Amino acid sequence: MTVALPRRGQGLLSRNRGLPRWLRLNVPWTITWTYLSLVLFLPLAGMLLKAAGVGPAAFWETATSPLALSTYRMSFGIAAAASLINGVFGLLIAWALIRSSFPGQKLLDTLIDLPFALPTAVAGLALSFVYGSEGWLGGPIQRLTGLEVSFTPLGVAVAMVFISLPFVVRTVEPVLRSLEREQEEASWCLGASSAQTFLRVVLPQLTPAILAGIAQGFSRAVGEYGSVVMISSNVPFKDLITPTLIVQMIEEYDIEAATVIGSVMLIFSLVSLVVINALQVWGQRYQGGDASG
Amino acid sequence: MAFTIPPLQDLSPPRWVKPSFRVSHFLPALIPILACLYVGVVILVPALAVVVQAFAKGFGVFLDNFKSPELLSALRLTLIATAIAVPFNAIFGLAAATAIARHRFPGKALLLSIIDLPFSISPVVVGLMLVLLYSPTHGVFAGVLQSTGWKIIFSLPGIVMATILVTFPFMAREVIPLLEEEGWDQEEAARTLGASDWQVFWKVTLPSVRWAALYGLILTTARALGEFGAVSVVSGNIRGETQTLPLFVEDAYKQYHTEMAFGASLVLATVAIVSLLLKLAVEQLMERDRSAVKGGEE
Repeated sequence: MTVALPRRGQGLLSRNRGLPRWLRLNVPWTITWTYLSLVLFLPLAGMLLKAAGVGPAAFWETATSPLALSTYRMSFGIAAAASLINGVFGLLIAWALIRSSFPGQKLLDTLIDLPFALPTAVAGLALSFVYGSEGWLGGPIQRLTGLEVSFTPLGVAVAMVFISLPFVVRTVEPVLRSLEREQEEASWCLGASSAQTFLRVVLPQLTPAILAGIAQGFSRAVGEYGSVVMISSNVPFKDLITPTLIVQMIEEYDIEAATVIGSVMLIFSLVSLVVINALQVWGQRYQGGDASG
Repeated sequence: MAFTIPPLQDLSPPRWVKPSFRVSHFLPALIPILACLYVGVVILVPALAVVVQAFAKGFGVFLDNFKSPELLSALRLTLIATAIAVPFNAIFGLAAATAIARHRFPGKALLLSIIDLPFSISPVVVGLMLVLLYSPTHGVFAGVLQSTGWKIIFSLPGIVMATILVTFPFMAREVIPLLEEEGWDQEEAARTLGASDWQVFWKVTLPSVRWAALYGLILTTARALGEFGAVSVVSGNIRGETQTLPLFVEDAYKQYHTEMAFGASLVLATVAIVSLLLKLAVEQLMERDRSAVKGGEE
C-alpha cells in the first residue's frame, strides 16, 4: 500500500507533536526506553567502564595471553566448522522441507526447532551421554575409528553442531519457498543440466540467506556455554573454549581478566550483529523483488 | 518435435535433455533421506536419550528423584524467577512492539538490532556484565550495595535480572512483524469513535496480535526456565539456595548422580517439547485467523 498513513494517534500527549518522534513522550516509548536502559544499556555501560579501567597495555596483554589465544582458536575454529557443516545440511533440510513431501515431514520440521527450545544444560547432558565412550553413538564410533568424542574438541564440535543446526534451515526456508519455479523451468528449456540450474539459477538466490544463517549459527556457537561445558573436559590448551575460560576466571575472582576476555567476546558479538544485518539487507533484495517483479 | 513443459513437482530434467543426467532422478529421493538421517543423529538421538535414561532404572527411581530437597528447591527457584521475569518482559515486548512497529523513523533498523542484542551476546558475558555492575566487591554499585545491605549477585534478584536480560527480545520479535503487516485502519477507526489510547490497545491492538503475543510468551517462558550460562555466573550455584533447575542438572551430573540429572532434564525437556507443540497449535490458529480475514475481504 503506497497511501501515506495519517500521522495520528502517535502520542498520549499531543502537545509533543512538533518534536522528532523518538522524543515524543508516550507510554509505549517511555516503557521501551526505560526498560532498555535499565536492562541492557546499564550493564553494557558498566562493562565498558570496567574494561576502560583496565588500561590498554594490561588489556592487550590479557586479551592476547597464550591461554586466551588458544581458547579463541578453539571457540572460533570449531564454531566455524560446525556452522559450515550446518550450512550444507541446513540447505539440504530446507530443500527436503519445501521441495519434497514425505511421511514425517511435519515431525522433521518440529524437531529442527528443538535446539532452540531445549535448555542447553539438557542438551549438554544428553550429548555427553550419547557421545560418551559408553554411549549409544560414542561407543560404536570409538570401536570403529578409535576416536573419542566426549571430553575432546570433537565433543565440543558435536555440541556446537547441535545448537547451531536450526539457523540455516530457518533462514533458507522462506527464500526457497518464494523462488519461482518458472526460472528453473526456463533454465531447463534453454538446455541447462540440473547441476547447472542449481548452481547458476537457484544457489545465487539462496546465498545471502545461507550466509546469514551460517553467520547466526557461528555467532551462537561461539558464545555457547551450557552444552559445551558438559561435553568438554575444559582442560586448557586441549578443549577449553572462551566462555568457559571467562567462567573459570570469575570463579577464581580474577574479575579483571574476565572483564578483558568478556569485552573481546562482546566486541565480537557486536561485529557479528552488524554482519548478520548486512547479510539480511542483501538477502531482502532477492526476497522482496519476487513479489512485485 | 513435441514440446512438453515438465510438470511442476518434477525436479528431474525433461527426458530429452541428455541421458547422462539420469543420476539426478535419484537425488530428489535422496535429499529427504539424508535430511532425516542428519536430524535423526544430531537431534532425535540425544532427545530420546534423555527420556530413556530418565527411566533407565525404572519408574520408581525416576519418581524418587523428586523427593530430593535440592531438586525441589531448584525447581521452586526456577519457577519463581520465571514467574517474575516473564511478566516484565511481556509488558516490555508489547510496549516496544506498539512503539516501534507502526512507525517509520531514522534508526528503526538499529533499534531492532539493539533489541536483538541478547541473542548474539554469550550468556556468560551477560552474567559477567551483571557481576561487574552489582557485585558487592567489584561492582560499579558496590558502595551503594554495601551501605544498604542489598544482595543482588548470588541471590534471587541477580538470577531474575539474568533471566530478564537473556529473554526480553522474544516477545517484541514475535509481535512486531505481525503489527507491521496489519496496518493502522482498525486503530484509526476506534480512535475516530472516541476510544482512548488504553482502550485502543486493549480492545483492538492486543486482540489482533493475540496469537503472536501468546507465542512470544511461550518462547520467553521456555527460555527463562532453561537459561543456564547467565544464571550460572550470577547465582553462585549454592545447592538448595541459589541453584536453578538447569544448574542442578549440571551439578548432579558432575556429582555422578546421573539418574537424578536425567530426571531433572526430563522435566525441562518436557517443557521444551510442550512449548514446541504449543507453537504448532498457535501457528495453526494464526493461519486460521489469516484465512478468515482474507475470506471476509472477498
